[in-house]
Amino acid sequence: MTLLRLFWEFFQIGLFAVGGGMATLPFLQALADKTGWFGQSLITDMVAVSESTPGPIGINMATYVGNSVAGLPGGICATLGVILPSIIIVCIISKSLEAFRNSNVVNDIFYALRPAVTGLIAAAGLGVMQLAMLQMDLYAETGSILSVINWMKVIYFVIAFIAIKKLKLHPIAYIAASVVIGIVLKF
Amino acid sequence: MLKELLDIYLIFFRMGAVTFGGGYAMLPILRREIVQNRKWMDEETIMDFYALSQGLPGIIAINVSVFIGFRQKKIQGAVAAALGMVSPCIVIISIIFFFLSSFQDNVYVKHALAAISVCVAALILDAVISMWKKGVKDFVGIIICFVMLGLNLFTDISPIIMIIVCALFGIVYKSIQRKTKSGEVAK
Repeated sequence: MTLLRLFWEFFQIGLFAVGGGMATLPFLQALADKTGWFGQSLITDMVAVSESTPGPIGINMATYVGNSVAGLPGGICATLGVILPSIIIVCIISKSLEAFRNSNVVNDIFYALRPAVTGLIAAAGLGVMQLAMLQMDLYAETGSILSVINWMKVIYFVIAFIAIKKLKLHPIAYIAASVVIGIVLKF
Repeated sequence: MLKELLDIYLIFFRMGAVTFGGGYAMLPILRREIVQNRKWMDEETIMDFYALSQGLPGIIAINVSVFIGFRQKKIQGAVAAALGMVSPCIVIISIIFFFLSSFQDNVYVKHALAAISVCVAALILDAVISMWKKGVKDFVGIIICFVMLGLNLFTDISPIIMIIVCALFGIVYKSIQRKTKSGEVAK
């Protein structure tokens, strides 16, 4: 039953997540809230693993989440679910390729979808930032907002962001560096 | 027939196993395997497939694979290409997931993951900025982006609903815009 549900949830993600790997992020957060299958913290592990392994990020994310919910069969069901809409849609489009290419409707849809997806991913990113850099449990103890912020992590965030902007290396390089930095500085 | 399907499966299997990030990262390999070695189609056709894939739901790398598979061997080819692309991901991610979840309580793994999550937040911010530059072109785009950001942060509305509403908005808004423009020209 869980396997069928996984397949269906990821089928919907494959159908509605438009615009590359990160676009699945808001959908996965919604899925975590809705089903309770996995916590928000799994999502950052998932992004890190998906960015550092071969293959499309969206597929890697589906396999990772499926695995965490129901083991290897879960990974397979989630992955097949996320690719099935592509197979159906692309096969249909392939048959009527010319008509599709010249239609205005697709451009019109994407005119509104690109900013929408940007906003959705930004919201997902804020969730990840909160989880990565704020210690919400400390707020309950001390009642001070300043104690919530983990300054070492905020500084690392700024350094990491500047490095990503300036060096333009592959994401694996930053994730590998984070492994070393995290262990040495005891994050 | 079966031999050719196996060939399609293996081409995309190799691609899934060695390209990081999918999408355009696999273009050089497609060029060599499909255009130069097998002469199945020319490079322009593959670029068309990329353009179309970006205008469709689903993961771009999978969409491109399905287009190529379908062009070569209809639906069987499409399925062979998609399955080839995801097979290595399922294997690699499942192995990593197994190791990561077995060592999650290890103190070094915890430190590493804490730093990685900060790094992932920076990577997402970078992705959002580049999507903003590419996709948010005018004032209406800015509004859509911030409305979606706000709705996702402060309401429980499913991202699926938001995507559908934005797609419809794009069609309606653009057709009104075209009508008023052609009206002005007529005057």
